[in-house]
Amino acid sequence: MSSYKIIDHEYDVIVLGAGGSGLRAAVGLSEAGLKTACISKVFPTRSHTSAAQGGISASLGNMGEDDWRWHMYDTVKGADWLGDQDSIEYLCKEAPAAVIELEKYGVPFSRTDDGKIYQRPFGGMTKNYGNGIVQRTCAAADRTGHAILHTLYGQALKHNTEFFIEYFALDLLMKDGECKGLIAWNLNDGTIHRFRAHSTIIATGGYGKAYYSATSAHTCTGDGNAMVLRAGLPLQDMEFVQFHPTGIYGHGTLISEGVRGEGGYLVNSKGERFMERYAPKAKDLASRDVVSRSMSIEINEGRGVGKEQDHVHLHLSHLDKSIIESRLPGITEAARLFANVDVTKEPIPVVPTVHYNMGGIPTNYKAEVLTGNDSETVPGLMAIGEAACVSVHGANRLGSNSLIDLVVFGRAAARRAAELVKPGTPHEDIGETETEKCLERFDKLRNSNGENSTAELRLSMQKTMQSKCAVFRTEKTLKEGVDDIRKAYDGMESISVKDRSLVFNTDLVETLEFDNLIRQAITTVDSAYNRQESRGAHAREDFPKRDDEKFMQHTIAWCNGKDSKIGYRPVTKTTLTNEVQYFPPQERVY
Amino acid sequence: MVQINLPKNSEVQKGIYYQDKTGSKNIRKVNVYRWDPSNGENPREDTYEVDMDNCPSKVLDILNKIKNEIDPSLAYRRSCAHGVCGSCAMNMDGKNGLACTKPHSEIEGDINIYPLPHLKVKKDLIGDLSGLYKQYESIEPWLKTNTKVETTEIIQSQKDRKKLDGAYECIMCACCSTSCPSYWWNEDKFLGPAVLLQAYRWIVDSRDDERKERLKKVADELKLYRCHTIMNCTNACPKGLNPAKAIAELKKMLATS
Repeated sequence: MSSYKIIDHEYDVIVLGAGGSGLRAAVGLSEAGLKTACISKVFPTRSHTSAAQGGISASLGNMGEDDWRWHMYDTVKGADWLGDQDSIEYLCKEAPAAVIELEKYGVPFSRTDDGKIYQRPFGGMTKNYGNGIVQRTCAAADRTGHAILHTLYGQALKHNTEFFIEYFALDLLMKDGECKGLIAWNLNDGTIHRFRAHSTIIATGGYGKAYYSATSAHTCTGDGNAMVLRAGLPLQDMEFVQFHPTGIYGHGTLISEGVRGEGGYLVNSKGERFMERYAPKAKDLASRDVVSRSMSIEINEGRGVGKEQDHVHLHLSHLDKSIIESRLPGITEAARLFANVDVTKEPIPVVPTVHYNMGGIPTNYKAEVLTGNDSETVPGLMAIGEAACVSVHGANRLGSNSLIDLVVFGRAAARRAAELVKPGTPHEDIGETETEKCLERFDKLRNSNGENSTAELRLSMQKTMQSKCAVFRTEKTLKEGVDDIRKAYDGMESISVKDRSLVFNTDLVETLEFDNLIRQAITTVDSAYNRQESRGAHAREDFPKRDDEKFMQHTIAWCNGKDSKIGYRPVTKTTLTNEVQYFPPQERVY
Repeated sequence: MVQINLPKNSEVQKGIYYQDKTGSKNIRKVNVYRWDPSNGENPREDTYEVDMDNCPSKVLDILNKIKNEIDPSLAYRRSCAHGVCGSCAMNMDGKNGLACTKPHSEIEGDINIYPLPHLKVKKDLIGDLSGLYKQYESIEPWLKTNTKVETTEIIQSQKDRKKLDGAYECIMCACCSTSCPSYWWNEDKFLGPAVLLQAYRWIVDSRDDERKERLKKVADELKLYRCHTIMNCTNACPKGLNPAKAIAELKKMLATS
């Protein structure tokens, strides 16, 4: 592989990914005086955090009494008791300070009458442990993610973070079970770069593009997750894939839960507000897994709308025009562009659409990556954001808990790295084996000359995931999924890449992304096949009940090529401090 | 009279013609600018016959269809596919916009797709925006506040917050700046509409304590006053923002301060 020119870099810490969590970590690392590089395959403000609409949760109590313990209870319940309660305590307790910090950074939050940060109701967010709705989700109109991402990029510029933009990461550099950095391909000039670091923080987001219909961006391919799998480390709880109730029918564009937070509601072909039947208390503001399942049942039982009766309607035309204008301008635009709908007059056609991955790289609440063996950590490796499974979202994430996850654990990772890494520590020699292995895979794919186009294989993977590992799952569909997804993997043996160049070879980028996605698809469907219960987003028609005795455990999945290995580790049943008590499992009703 | 010609190696040549293989009766011709830095050849314009019966409604759908089904070597940026990330800004039918929000039904005849004008091309439809990003950095896009309050937010009235509407939504796609003739001529000195809109966004933020210094910094013959109110920027913005108005406001603030 000597034909590739390799450029070496040495940093104290590197952050892979420049979305909300990556940027927040980079800011903290720079503040701590660590020499930090932030590497991203897209310019930071193109990251998918920009698409987050509704808001960021924190018990500020600006619009009525609130308490971080209530937020914690809601998150534990939303997670269907698969979340680790020490991490959830940390998230909810740190949340208000993290939001205040964002405001000081300059995030243009919407305001209350008295000039404080505006907060809206969101699914599953309640007061006093499930007794009534609370307004906890801090919003910048319906463009909260965009506002946060741009602001964090500004902060990173302020702190002179070094960026490596449009660099595509290939593999981690591992030595004796420790992470020593990573290798990346510079799309701008085609060179290969080896980044050495004492700590590598993965912040590469989710892998929604493993599915056919997703709100996710084209770039949501979970590259960091796949790098972890190739390093022989496991991913956790991959079967838990969130379907957002309101993706625009036929296109998948997200319509924020904020619409229902502001008073919008779902209606079937009979004109019924059907959520009243499934969640008598919370109705349209039940948690996302509950609403998506209810919609699927309505559609399956023939009460869907449209020619094919395969979606439902989201009404908001009854809302005050000034509210739509000031608080929901973004979705007004999206509905016009992608559904040809004027929201002040007509309902939006919506359908449950893949939106978020609760699963990912297992970490503790300090963002250190776990080996899967008890609480043992991988030295030199951290993960944050959607790529990580801390696990605060457990089996189902509550809306607006992802943005707060980004900044709270982005900050935690920077703090922990600052404790672990002394600025300027020299790097030890690691040899060439890992580099060669990485470039061999790269070179093989670059020169592949087979029969199958990347696009065909990707489509086959996406259709398999969409039909075999969807909202409702059974032994039969999952077994078919387990088999079919491997056919897509086998197709890689004869994949074809037409572009051989190295500068912005997006044919090769998409092929590398497919290689990343297919490994995650395999772990997802295998993990789902093995979990014989229903919990959160994982709904088994053949095992409709939650089984705490057998399955109140995290799935741990290793994947080598198309061979996976499934194991389990216990859910953390203790809190971090005495300020709150463990919430024992209850029946989950909304 | 001075005659301005493109250098020989920049002249766009006739490229490859990809004939339809689906047998579709509903075909549109799509002409796409191609340039590969690695082979030393001139840029060319390839033509693809695209089956419109099986193509969703936006220009990005056409490009994805070409890449997935006809020619995987075509390079362009794309990410969110619904107009919030700003990746797929390009020139379509002679007008800048986002491929993911531009309906191809709005284009009559052949569909011509080019990179954003007047940028160095990196490959095919991918332009080099590093100059614009540097300028963005130069306006120091972060809140500068002397507030001592640590534990609560800085209070901002709804009226003051409203001043940010129409400015903070910018997605930095560069459609405006690359449609501005003044920016074409002086892209190294004139900040251009995208960056000036961002400068304005921080200047009008009631929480910011360095309004005066910020204003002083942009009050420059080249940085600001190269804007000659041509208004292409406002016409080009795919988010419906009005950078020209923001620039006019900046000039007004300076004239009255």
